[in-house]
Amino acid sequence: MWIYQKTLQYPVKVDTINPQLAQMMLEQFGGPDGELSAGIRYLTQRYYMPLNEAKAVLTDIGTEELAHWEIIGTIAWKLVKNAPMEKIRGTAFEGHFANCGRNPFPHNAAGVPWTAGYIAVKSDPVADLHEDMAAEEKARATYEHLIQLSEDRGVNDTLSFLREREIVHFQRFGETLDKVQEYMSRKKYY
Amino acid sequence: MNGQGDNDVERLQAIQFSILDLNLYLDTHPADKKAMMDFDALMKQFEMEKRNFESKYGPLANYGYSPSQYPWQWINAPWPWEMR
Repeated sequence: MWIYQKTLQYPVKVDTINPQLAQMMLEQFGGPDGELSAGIRYLTQRYYMPLNEAKAVLTDIGTEELAHWEIIGTIAWKLVKNAPMEKIRGTAFEGHFANCGRNPFPHNAAGVPWTAGYIAVKSDPVADLHEDMAAEEKARATYEHLIQLSEDRGVNDTLSFLREREIVHFQRFGETLDKVQEYMSRKKYY
Repeated sequence: MNGQGDNDVERLQAIQFSILDLNLYLDTHPADKKAMMDFDALMKQFEMEKRNFESKYGPLANYGYSPSQYPWQWINAPWPWEMR
């Protein structure tokens, strides 16, 4: 069960109208290492998990990722909601506009739609937690690329917050992996 | 929301972020007594802020986690993606 709260997790203050940048933001809305992938990946991996700590971490981080997905959607929306057509024509956002108009859609910066092929479940906690740690680092690297692409100070403030969250999540998944490995060595099953 | 409303939302976001981050920490450090005491103190502060916020701006959460005055206030703007 989920409860919705009617605020963003972190403020989104966009300074410019910039459809080109909105298209780049969609990398984290529907790309392989984006927030949608992260949320669905963690929430999907919970069922077989042997340790309660791991179930809690996947539930809580997975839930936070959905809040981040909403933040990215809000950035992309605010960058285009008041954009006149002359600011959309000839930009990378043009293809998105042709299909979806101004509302965000889960595809990557190049327009490739989101797919469950971006996530994995192995029912093996060591394999899955390593994937989760790698995913956090890849998301961090993606945010660093986006910060380099953006000259909007408001957008960059929010992206810096999201980048820091990837680092904290990596830390928590690492601690979870240690606990799982300790538990498995106690159980000695192969 | 603008002006004072912005500050009120940001105060709520700040305290909730402290709670969320501490929640993640406690998931992997469930026997940290000091962290649990911080969590309890933050929760009390949040409950107060939430009541104050909702009396000014209406329900914060759906499905019975927030009261509503008549008529049903949940549907009112602004939605999160509409805030300035």
